[in-house]
Amino acid sequence: MKPASWKFRPFIATLLLLLLIGGTGWAALAPIHVASHDELFEIPKGTWARRMAGEKIEILPQTIRLTLGLNDVLLLKNKDDVPHIFGPTLIMPGQSFSLPFAQASTYTFQCTAHATGQLNIIVDPAPQSAWERLRWRARKLTNTVWGFAGLPYQHNHAGHG
Amino acid sequence: MARLNHIAALLLSLLFVVSMMASASATVGPALKAGVFNPPYMAPDFSLRGSDGSDVTLARYRGKVVLLTFGYTNCAAVCPTTLATLAQTRSGLGKAANAVQVVYVTIDPARDDVARMHHYLAAFDSSFVGATGTPDVLAAVRRKYGITAVKQGGGSNYAMAHTSSIFLIDRTGKLRALMPFGHDAADFVHDVKLLLVQ
Repeated sequence: MKPASWKFRPFIATLLLLLLIGGTGWAALAPIHVASHDELFEIPKGTWARRMAGEKIEILPQTIRLTLGLNDVLLLKNKDDVPHIFGPTLIMPGQSFSLPFAQASTYTFQCTAHATGQLNIIVDPAPQSAWERLRWRARKLTNTVWGFAGLPYQHNHAGHG
Repeated sequence: MARLNHIAALLLSLLFVVSMMASASATVGPALKAGVFNPPYMAPDFSLRGSDGSDVTLARYRGKVVLLTFGYTNCAAVCPTTLATLAQTRSGLGKAANAVQVVYVTIDPARDDVARMHHYLAAFDSSFVGATGTPDVLAAVRRKYGITAVKQGGGSNYAMAHTSSIFLIDRTGKLRALMPFGHDAADFVHDVKLLLVQ
């Protein structure tokens, strides 16, 4: 005799399938609204001291990906007690630097904090089609999940500039 | 009592309007096309030999918007593009161009002497001022601005990989913004006009 819960398996499977189709449809068709255009990276207080102690810290990834109209402002904040070269510029303690992008392109900045000496910023056009919206949301979801898991990908990490 | 309420309402309205105006004037940052420093601090000053025969300091240009950039006269692509853009910017500003000073600090003092910089910059705009000094002094200036300059190749035809951004310094000497390489003259005209009216 099958357990009672087995009776509901087709129902649950159908429900999950409908949720998946509905969610994908929403992700593809619904317009994207964002609360802020800022893509924030911060140098936490004590970063310099930790580096001096031999700790290897990374903040900015080698490549940052932005999207026009959604997250098209690179916002860098220095919360440490000393100046830091952070991406394209030198930022004083307590200072922030907000760099807007208006054209989709790949931008390369000299950045001594990276082994290659370069920081790449790829600015994608705003997603227009259903496929592009779906892809953007999938990437955002991936970043968020990876961020929560503490894995070394973009967004609001501690590290070097 | 009703009269007092009216006066209180009027004062509150006035306070609201004044606070809105104050906040609007304090945060011009987002309106600029360039990257904005918040809060802005005084731009690190320096004293270098100018291509016009005098000492170049930022203090000398108080009252003007200074467009500060770093490069070298043998630069094949980046510097000519930047300087041509800045020359177009001055043209686009009309009479307001008199309130703008372009300062070009060399990262290659071994080849860029005063005479060479003067000749080179005159091809773009005769008002541009070049600045040079000893290698140590120039390195110290670069550190203050976070400028990278790396020699590439040997012999006399070496190149220099360098930071290509342009710093925007307001009339009071504060470092307000940084324009990355690649922006056209219209963006500079837009930002300089905003800085000139503050």
